[in-house]
Amino acid sequence: MSWLDKIRPSGLGTKKNDRSTSVPEGLWIKCPRCDALLYRPELERNLHVCPKCDHHLRIGARRRLDIFLDDDNRVELGTDIEPVDRLKFKDIKKYKDRLTAAQKATGEKDALVAMRGALYQQPVVAVAFEFAFHGGSMGYAVGEKFTQAAQLCLKEGLPLVCFSATGGARMQEALISLMQMAKTSAIIERLKQAGIPYISVMTDPVYGGVSASLAMLGDINIAEPGARAGFAGPNIIEQTIRQKLPPGFQRSEFLLDHGSIDMIISRLEMRNTVASLLSKFTNVAEPETVTEVEPESKPAVDEAETEAPSEE
Amino acid sequence: MNLDYLDFEQPIAELEAKIEELQLVGNDNALNIADEIIKLRGKSLKLTESIFSGLSSWQIVQVARHPLRPHTKDYIGRLFTEFDELHGDRHFGDDKAIIGGVARLDGKPVMVIGEEKGRGVSEKVARNFGMPKPEGYRKALRLMEMAERFKMPILTLIDTPGAYPGIDSEERGISESIAQNLAVMSRLKTPIIATVIGEGSSGGAIAIGVSDWLNMLQYSTYFVISPEGCANIIWKTAEKAPLAAEAMGVTSSVLEELGIADETIPEPLGGAHRDVDAMAGILQGRLIEQLDRLQREPLDQLVEKRFNRLMSYGSTS
Repeated sequence: MSWLDKIRPSGLGTKKNDRSTSVPEGLWIKCPRCDALLYRPELERNLHVCPKCDHHLRIGARRRLDIFLDDDNRVELGTDIEPVDRLKFKDIKKYKDRLTAAQKATGEKDALVAMRGALYQQPVVAVAFEFAFHGGSMGYAVGEKFTQAAQLCLKEGLPLVCFSATGGARMQEALISLMQMAKTSAIIERLKQAGIPYISVMTDPVYGGVSASLAMLGDINIAEPGARAGFAGPNIIEQTIRQKLPPGFQRSEFLLDHGSIDMIISRLEMRNTVASLLSKFTNVAEPETVTEVEPESKPAVDEAETEAPSEE
Repeated sequence: MNLDYLDFEQPIAELEAKIEELQLVGNDNALNIADEIIKLRGKSLKLTESIFSGLSSWQIVQVARHPLRPHTKDYIGRLFTEFDELHGDRHFGDDKAIIGGVARLDGKPVMVIGEEKGRGVSEKVARNFGMPKPEGYRKALRLMEMAERFKMPILTLIDTPGAYPGIDSEERGISESIAQNLAVMSRLKTPIIATVIGEGSSGGAIAIGVSDWLNMLQYSTYFVISPEGCANIIWKTAEKAPLAAEAMGVTSSVLEELGIADETIPEPLGGAHRDVDAMAGILQGRLIEQLDRLQREPLDQLVEKRFNRLMSYGSTS
C-alpha cells in the first residue's frame, strides 16, 4: 500500500531505464522511445531531444542549468551543504556508503544543484534535481539547498525556477525527509506572500514527496512533453485498485488535461518561454530571445563543470 | 488465538482467558477461587508491564494499527463538547476519511480535524480506510483557513495509512492538495497542535501535521514510508518490515530525539485501546495545557517560531 513508489517508482527506477537516465559512451545513441539511432553530437545540439520523435531524454542537473541559464554571471549556491545521516541508517548497506557511491558516480554532494544566474540578462535563481543521485530523492541536503536558494530570492527579489526530476522523499533519512516537504513548502509560501515568482518545471519523473510539496506549488507549473508526474507511482496504484491504468496516465498531457499544470513546454523552447513569462511577472520588457538551438557544441558545458565545487 | 490481542500479547491473552473461566465457575463456589483470580490478575498485570516496557519498533507499529485502537471519532466525543461536524471542500465532495468541525475544548472554541479509518466493513469502506483524497485535504484546508478568520486554534488528529493512491486521487491533484496544506499551515495565524494518535503515514499525515506542537501518543508511529513499503524496496519483501521499522526510527522516542516530535503522551498499560476513557483524559489534559501556553504567545511570534522550526528541520546545529 504505502509509499513504495513514491520513493522510487519501480519501472521508473534507474535500473530499468538506464538508457534514458544517462547517456552511454559512444557516438551513437538509441532513442529509448522510437529506437532511432542518433548521432550523439547532434543529439546534444538538440538538447537531448530526439529529432525523430521528440522524446525528451533525461539529462543531468548541471546540463539542465547549463542549457537554461545565460553563459555569463553564474554562481553556484549552497556548495557547502552536505547530506547528513542522522539515523545512521543501515539496511543491507550503510546509507553512508550509498551516499559515497552516489557522490562518486555523479560528482555531486547530493541530488540538487542550485545556481544564481541570468536568463536573457534577467537575474534569476535556478535549481535542478540530479536524478542520477539516489533517484533525485529529497532528504535534508536537497531541502536545505532549495530553501537557501529560495531565501536568496526572498532577500534579493529574484525569481526562482526549479527543474524537478525525482522519485520523492529519501527513505534513508526517514522523517527528516518528510519534514523537508513542509520546509520547502513554507519557504515557497513566503515567496508567494512577497510577490516573487516561482516557476516549477517538472521533468521526467516527479513523484512522491517532491511532487506533494515544491513541485506542485509553482505560480506556474510547467512540464516537459511526456514527463510523468504524480503522487503515487503507477505500480502502487495498480496494486491498490487492481486495474490497468489508462494510457498516458500521469504524463504531462494528462496533467494539463486535469488542471495540474499550466503548460507543456519543449526543452528546446524552455529558455525562451520561461524568460518571456518572467518578464511579464516582473514587468520588464520582453527579452529578445533566440529561437534556434545554439549551433555550436557547448563550450558552456565545460564552464559549468569548472564552477563545480571541488568535491574530491 | 484471541484476535483482540497481538501475537506478542498472547501470553497475556491466555492469562486473561483463565481469569474469565474462573470467574464463570467462581460464582457459586469457594473462596480460594477468588484468591486465585486476584493472583492471576496480578500476574497478568506484571506480564503486561514487562511486555510493554520493551516493545520493539515493529511491535509499536502493530499496537498503533491495533483493530481496537481508538480512532478520531472515539476521541472527539471524549475530548470535546458541542462538536458540530462540517462537511465538504466546496469544489468536489465530502471526504469521509477526514472528519472536521468546530467544538469546545475546556469551554474554548477550537477547530478539530482528524483522519478516521472507520470501524466495521461498511464504515471502513465509506471512510476509505482512512486514506484521504484531494477533497479531504481541501476540506481540511477550508476549515483551517476558517479557523484563522475566527481566531480558533486548530487541533489535528493524525491516523492514516497514507493519502489514497488511486486514479481519481491523481486526476484531482492529490499532490497539489497536500502541498497546499503544507504551505498554508506554515503561516496560519492561529495556534496549531497536531497529535499522532495511531499511524502517521507520510504525506497523508503531514498534510494535516504542520504545527506549533507535535504530540505523539506513546504507541503511535510516524514514517515517511510504511515499514512494509521500505522493506519491499530494500529487501524485495514486506516480511522484513520489522527491520525497516527499526532502521527508519518510526517511534516517538526517536522522533523526539530528532527534534520532530515535541512530546510523548503516555498511554494506559497495554495501549490506548485497553482504556479509551483514560487515554482521552490524559490527552485532554495535555491539550488544554499546551493550548493555554500557545495562546499566551503573540500570534506573530508564534507564526515566526513555527516558520523557524520548519526551516531548522534536519540541521544538526
